[in-house]
Amino acid sequence: MIDARGQSCPIPVVMVQDAVKKGNNPSELQVKVDAMVCVENISRYAASQGYTVSTEESDGEYTLTLKK
Amino acid sequence: MSKHINPVVLITGILVGAAAVMLTALGNPPNMGFCIACFIRDIAGSLKLHTAEPVQYFRPEIVGLILGSTIMSLSSKEFRAKAGSSPATRFILGAFVMIGALVFLGCPLRMVIRMGGGDLNAFVGLAGFFAGILIGVFFLKKGFTLKRTYEVTKTEGFALPGIFVLLFVLFLAVPALFVFSESGPGSKHAPAVIALIVALVIGAMAQKSRLCMVGGMRDAVMFKDFNLLSGFAAIFVTVLIGNIALGNFAGFSTVSQPISHSSELWNFLGMALAGWGSVLLGGCPLRQLILAGEGNGDSAVTVLGMLVGAAFAHNFKLAGSADAVNDGVYTVGGIAPTGQAAVIIGFVVLLIISLANCTMLKKEGN
Repeated sequence: MIDARGQSCPIPVVMVQDAVKKGNNPSELQVKVDAMVCVENISRYAASQGYTVSTEESDGEYTLTLKK
Repeated sequence: MSKHINPVVLITGILVGAAAVMLTALGNPPNMGFCIACFIRDIAGSLKLHTAEPVQYFRPEIVGLILGSTIMSLSSKEFRAKAGSSPATRFILGAFVMIGALVFLGCPLRMVIRMGGGDLNAFVGLAGFFAGILIGVFFLKKGFTLKRTYEVTKTEGFALPGIFVLLFVLFLAVPALFVFSESGPGSKHAPAVIALIVALVIGAMAQKSRLCMVGGMRDAVMFKDFNLLSGFAAIFVTVLIGNIALGNFAGFSTVSQPISHSSELWNFLGMALAGWGSVLLGGCPLRQLILAGEGNGDSAVTVLGMLVGAAFAHNFKLAGSADAVNDGVYTVGGIAPTGQAAVIIGFVVLLIISLANCTMLKKEGN
């Protein structure tokens, strides 16, 4: 689980990008963020890398699950 | 182009461009329908934080942008009071972004508006802005972070919107408290109520779309994501078309451009400083206003840093002087030695901040 809560743009996406590169395109990744803008940015990046994204919201925090 | 371009970003870019042309037609200075740096600088002057007589006016546009974002984020339940991500560092970054922008004579948004007005000096600024973004991106890839924010009490989130509402009410009710330019850019302004309403709409749309001048190029370079860059392009095209339609466009040139200088080295370096600093902050000056409107206390501190940076820029003659015709002689403006020194000091400060906050460089060092 990548914890990107509270990070400024575009650091959450950089964290996901690093995890994708280091994990050699892992089939599943989970990311936690606390702003809708991060959900949008990570979703766009994930889609460009061929992942499908599902999002769960709880108390203003979002857990994104990236799968391919 | 990416398939993932949000039409709201494009529409916002078009609206910003149209609003900029309209506000200039209604009285704002040429190629300055919107300029976050210039308008915060004018507000600093109107509050007597600096005494440069030509640039003193309480710009309602800044109030409208912040409040538009507050209203939109409250209605979409995105308003969240957050703070705690290196506020003092952000204050310093805000001040140097402002100094870099005023050396160039405009924030990244005015840079695009000047480009659409045919000002080739702004294209040199664009090259510098891109170079600054590349430096910032290098450090982001090395793990740069100002650490995370945390949820704070709601009043923190309303601090900056509240200050600006209070000042705006005082501006309307007791204008004698403020000082206003009698000549120069500060004396040129659209009617206050119209400026406020236009900026409220733009602020709301900018919140919704996440429009950011630095984010466009940064995301294109880092992720091949052209979403925000489409807004940047839309502003340029709309302003260009608007200027042509209103007969304000006289071709592209570096000469006799309104509130602009042709000391190109300093156009380049000023915007490089603004670009690098904005990447470290996570967004351009416009975006900082919008984030402050959404309840982000760190962006509120950044805006206050910009206000103080603007005061320093004029109290210590750091800002650029526009090219001008004096007694029939065309004089190239530019940057005083104090301004040149401030830009160099700014680069050193940004380098220290960049190195000190890079997690990967620290790990490599260990």
